[in-house]
Amino acid sequence: MSTQEIIQQFEPKQHNLLHILHALQDAHPENYITEEALEAAAGHLGVTKSTVYGVARYYTMFSLKPRGKHIIRVCASPVCELLHVNDIIAALEEELSIKTGETTKDGLFTLELSECLGQCQEAPSMMINDKIFNNLTSARIREVIQSFKDEARK
Amino acid sequence: MSIQETRIVLKNAGKINPLSIDDYIRAGGYAGLRKALQMNPADVIDELMEAGLRGRGGAGFSTGMKQKFTSESCQRCPQRYVVVNADEGEPGTFKDRIIMEQDPHLYLEGTIIAAWAIQATQAYIYIRGEYHESIDKTQKAIEDAYAAGFLGKNILGSGFDLDVEIRLGAGSYLCGEELTMLESLEGKRGNPRIKPPFPAEKGVFGMPTLVNNVETLANAPLIIANGREWYRQFGTERSPGTKIFTISGQVNKPGHYEVPLGVPLQDLIDLAGGMRNGKKFKAALLGGAAGTFVDASMLGEKMTYDNLREKGATLGSGAIIVMAEGDPVYDILHNCLRFFRHESCGKCVPCRVGTTQLVKQADQLKSANGDRKKILEQMVLESQIMAGTSLCPLGQSPILPLESAAKYFSKELCTTHH
Repeated sequence: MSTQEIIQQFEPKQHNLLHILHALQDAHPENYITEEALEAAAGHLGVTKSTVYGVARYYTMFSLKPRGKHIIRVCASPVCELLHVNDIIAALEEELSIKTGETTKDGLFTLELSECLGQCQEAPSMMINDKIFNNLTSARIREVIQSFKDEARK
Repeated sequence: MSIQETRIVLKNAGKINPLSIDDYIRAGGYAGLRKALQMNPADVIDELMEAGLRGRGGAGFSTGMKQKFTSESCQRCPQRYVVVNADEGEPGTFKDRIIMEQDPHLYLEGTIIAAWAIQATQAYIYIRGEYHESIDKTQKAIEDAYAAGFLGKNILGSGFDLDVEIRLGAGSYLCGEELTMLESLEGKRGNPRIKPPFPAEKGVFGMPTLVNNVETLANAPLIIANGREWYRQFGTERSPGTKIFTISGQVNKPGHYEVPLGVPLQDLIDLAGGMRNGKKFKAALLGGAAGTFVDASMLGEKMTYDNLREKGATLGSGAIIVMAEGDPVYDILHNCLRFFRHESCGKCVPCRVGTTQLVKQADQLKSANGDRKKILEQMVLESQIMAGTSLCPLGQSPILPLESAAKYFSKELCTTHH
């Protein structure tokens, strides 16, 4: 779907802005909202581009920079910290050869931190795209990342 | 261990197929709504008020009172709204997720009852963007409720109309604060509004709005179907009913547990399988980041809104993060302070500057060669100033974990090695 086709699905009212931004970002292979998309959203809603920019910048789930195909979001809550999520983050950084906030050279993964994911019964936790991964260990990290890499090679 | 759960809100959880409205109805679902629609809206509110239901999002305010204010304000206003706060983001809290994933019709039924009570014809369910399963299951519940005549025009022949729509959050903790949620619902940045006016007077799109939490609304069908007397058999005089506690950290069986309000903290830890691998209890963070640390001296305290407040602690969202001997309180406090810094929207100065400053001072607490006690005292003082001068609950929150950590663990926080 083109940017315009996505935007036209929504009534031109500002209260739809977050939904429009979600839809635009989800449709982009690099998981971000382009400058052109921001402009188109502003035009559709009849608001300034700076209004749309301000909203997109405010919410941490939105990105204005290209990201990887898969977004890894590690839970940085007190519960996960208590259960050694820092080891998990270190394992991910090593496995992916990037730092938190960066994207791998092959464009496959972006590593981010998230506020509490509400999975505390099986912490530490992370999400990759829409999927939750719980009870993480360094070994499990390697397994999961490998499975996404294998999938990409297919 | 003798302590057992009392599942009323979670009576269907794990027992029925959450995707089947027929299962829900067979389990007695939508009986509360049928009854409510035969009552006067004012009597529905009265029933909830007399049952003593208090907001389960954390504030513990009377739900009936909130509904009464909303139903009575601005009689000239053409529209009233119900907003369901499903933006669960308090660290250590996942009770609303459990309800949404395991019994979505229960809180949807509660939403319809609340809308009838305040005569709103439009409701929004604001769910955090990360909760994909909750979003999908709620969407399915809404569609099935429309098909079954529990939503839409002329609900069950009552002449009452209601539309319900899901709205998505996008990763902002602050949007769980009711006035900020309204800004976000309008498609704006999540900057808090100045109150008053309260949502009851001037809420979303400037109209009277009732904002209720998922767990709160999940209680409503039970109260209406079974009556206030039945409800008051659970809990205490001032905190009636049950509460879903989410227990995490150093326990053997972390998870969600529903018990009557008033159960001692120790019982909840026992319910969660006791301390992990027989470790010794050191501390619990009650109510998440915007909550309070307690030590072992509080294990016997009854978990009610008022008792904990009197003891300088909080019930909050029902999160209980358990720490064992050897776990560093400093690291968890630092985590909370970083969290506030990250989530501060920057609109008001005390919160923007204060949350940044507190993290810097927490760093100094670790590295300083000087007087750590003085640094800690200064931090508490600053958090007090923030609490008195910030616009919204975010800037008013750092004082909670900070002051309580200083109260119980000042020696540890002021030692040279962390």
